[in-house]
Amino acid sequence: MTASSNGADHVLRISDLHATVSRHEILRGVDLEVRTGEVHALMGPNGSGKSTLSHALMGSGEYEVTRGSVTIDGEELLGLPTWQRAHHGLFLAMQYPVEVPGVPLESVVGAALEARGAVPADLHERIAAEARAVGVPDALLRRGVNTEFSGGEKKRAETVQLAVLEPRFAVLDEIDSGLDVDALRDVARRVYALAKDRQVGVLAITHYARLLAELRPDRVHVFLAGRIVKSGGPELADELERTGYEGIAAELGIDELTVGRPAADADPFGDPTIGSNPFADPLA
Amino acid sequence: MTAAFTADAARALGGPEWLARRREVAVERLADVVWPTPSEEIWRYSRIDRLDLGRYRPFAAEELGAPGDERAPGGGPWAAEAGKHAGMIVVRDGRVVHHELDPALEAKGVRACGIATCEDDLVSTLIGRASSRSEDAFTVLHDAFLAGGAFVHVPAGVVVENPILVLHWCEGDGRASFPHTLVSLGEGAEATVLDRFGSPDTDHLVDAVTELLVEDNAHLRYLTVQEHGSRTWHLGFQRAHVGRDATLRTSAVALGGDYARLRSEALLTGQGAESDQLAVYFGDGEQMLDFRTLQDHDAPNTRSDLLFKGAVEDTARSVYSGLVHLRPPAKKANASQTNRNLVLTEGASAESIPNLEIEANDVRCSHASTVGPIDDEQLYYLESRGIPPEEAERLIVLGFFDDVFERLPVGALTRGLRRSVVDKLEHARARR
Ligand SMILES: Nc1ncnc2c1ncn2[C@@H]1O[C@H](COP(=O)(O)OP(=O)(O)OP(=O)(O)O)[C@@H](O)[C@H]1O
Ligand SMILES: [Mg+2]
Repeated sequence: MTASSNGADHVLRISDLHATVSRHEILRGVDLEVRTGEVHALMGPNGSGKSTLSHALMGSGEYEVTRGSVTIDGEELLGLPTWQRAHHGLFLAMQYPVEVPGVPLESVVGAALEARGAVPADLHERIAAEARAVGVPDALLRRGVNTEFSGGEKKRAETVQLAVLEPRFAVLDEIDSGLDVDALRDVARRVYALAKDRQVGVLAITHYARLLAELRPDRVHVFLAGRIVKSGGPELADELERTGYEGIAAELGIDELTVGRPAADADPFGDPTIGSNPFADPLA
Repeated sequence: MTAAFTADAARALGGPEWLARRREVAVERLADVVWPTPSEEIWRYSRIDRLDLGRYRPFAAEELGAPGDERAPGGGPWAAEAGKHAGMIVVRDGRVVHHELDPALEAKGVRACGIATCEDDLVSTLIGRASSRSEDAFTVLHDAFLAGGAFVHVPAGVVVENPILVLHWCEGDGRASFPHTLVSLGEGAEATVLDRFGSPDTDHLVDAVTELLVEDNAHLRYLTVQEHGSRTWHLGFQRAHVGRDATLRTSAVALGGDYARLRSEALLTGQGAESDQLAVYFGDGEQMLDFRTLQDHDAPNTRSDLLFKGAVEDTARSVYSGLVHLRPPAKKANASQTNRNLVLTEGASAESIPNLEIEANDVRCSHASTVGPIDDEQLYYLESRGIPPEEAERLIVLGFFDDVFERLPVGALTRGLRRSVVDKLEHARARR
């Protein structure tokens, strides 16, 4: 049960996953398999349902799963409370990490490990080392986790927790957003090392090629309107860069990119972000 | 309504002449006192309509023992928990039964003794300075039956490093007691005072008054901790006068009692005076914890800050009602007032009523107030790390109180107080 026993080969399997938010279907049949040690990238336009997928996996009460299954080594996770999913080896680095005033990162990680029955004696030192690796200053560690952190600081703090908890499978929801150039490199390298040295299975949701250059994904998946419509090797990311999501959609004969409930008076395709180059890297 | 609280009973309490005279004046006022009801703003939402004074009677002189007849050896575990201290006054049912003070401080003129037994004339001139003009009916009742209490005095220029402890124990079914704490700091003096209250699980009425007199340039840190038994009523009135460039940091931790009320007022009387008022409260079962605060600015360049944080569980209730009053002389004053409440179960409730009255120009003033359950997003975030919901809730509640706990004086107590909050949380959860 402990998350760090990654020696053997494990598999996270998502099959025909459907989920709704306030009775509106967002996930429309997601199929995906990730093995420990593999890095997968998931790319899709704003509002296509990527974060919904991450929360449906983790068991957020905001989303109702209406069909499908999520297993680790054949064991069903759906129906388990969030914290038990974590004990089965799942970790989610959130797109918007939540501020918890007065509860510092070390208390969070300490309680998380204590619940698993395995608090290492050198926890403090391990956190300090991981914090150094991604440039989290001591002062930040003393504050409530994420409390008044900048966007980039939150992502670094998520990376520290990921590294110390060392799960079997990590879903990273835009771990790169808000990071400066140096931090992006540090975080990506830390994640890559966790995948290759500690066999963490990684599902990295991102909009930017820069992260993928460092993470070197084994597989790239294109996510449109609540499901994976195309998968391939790293070359798929290059294709996306040329064609945009509209190109892929046209190629596959798909005419819906997102799953947002259309407002009565607005054309959902009027969204200016859709169809624009997803690799308009703000850091470039 | 005041059946047992007669002039004869007050007269029989003995003690020094000045104290007897003071009681007599109060007894006369008592005849005309209008007993409060929740229709008065300052008692709104309170449980005062449930108080039947006829259920209680004051202690007789022979029960309290003669003034100066000191029985208790010391402060027991409470003294130990407070860590290193400079002095201690132990008060039972309103009368001092033990006092001690570091002889080096005694030699410098510091006093930590009983109001009724102190040989200094100082006490008779200082008592009532802050409280005697109170319109609170229970302050009048208090004065009418005041049999003693604690007196802490630090003369001008003297700095007392370690805290002075005032430990109150109130006992006796159907009894009322009238603890008084009078703290006075001369010009430039510095001290920390802990005023701790407790009682067993008895139906007891505590009518307490605290006066904090902080002269120019003096610095007082004051912490009151209330851990009464679950049937005790506590009506606390606390008023501070803060002089020119003086600072006052008061803090309150309220955990016990059936109905426990603290009226805490800080009067900034001198230019540049500052006050910080902090509180942590946690109500469970059927408790009601009630706070009325006043930040009263009556001089230029004064600054006040208030942070009250509470949680309620089961069917407990809390009330926070506070006023920031910037009087005309309070030019360039700066005041802030924050009250935050966690309502942990559906049956519990919290009222929060911040108020401003601004009569001065060129001032800065802010207030904030929140009442709500634990944030679901915070719970989800912690659970996503593998923390079970109960532990996540415990972390969030302790985290919520952390910025107040961090700033409490008498650091030795903080760990135990955090533990008390956790105990209450766990007991309440066991009942859910
Ligand atoms: N709690 C919610 N209530 C209502 N609508 C929601 C909720 N959560 C998500 N949605 C909607 O579901 C759709 C998918 O949202 P989601 O956050 O999964 O997108 P995303 O692919 O992660 O987008 P981005 O790239 O911008 O992060 C959006 O239209 C969003 O508005
Ligand atoms: Mg998203």
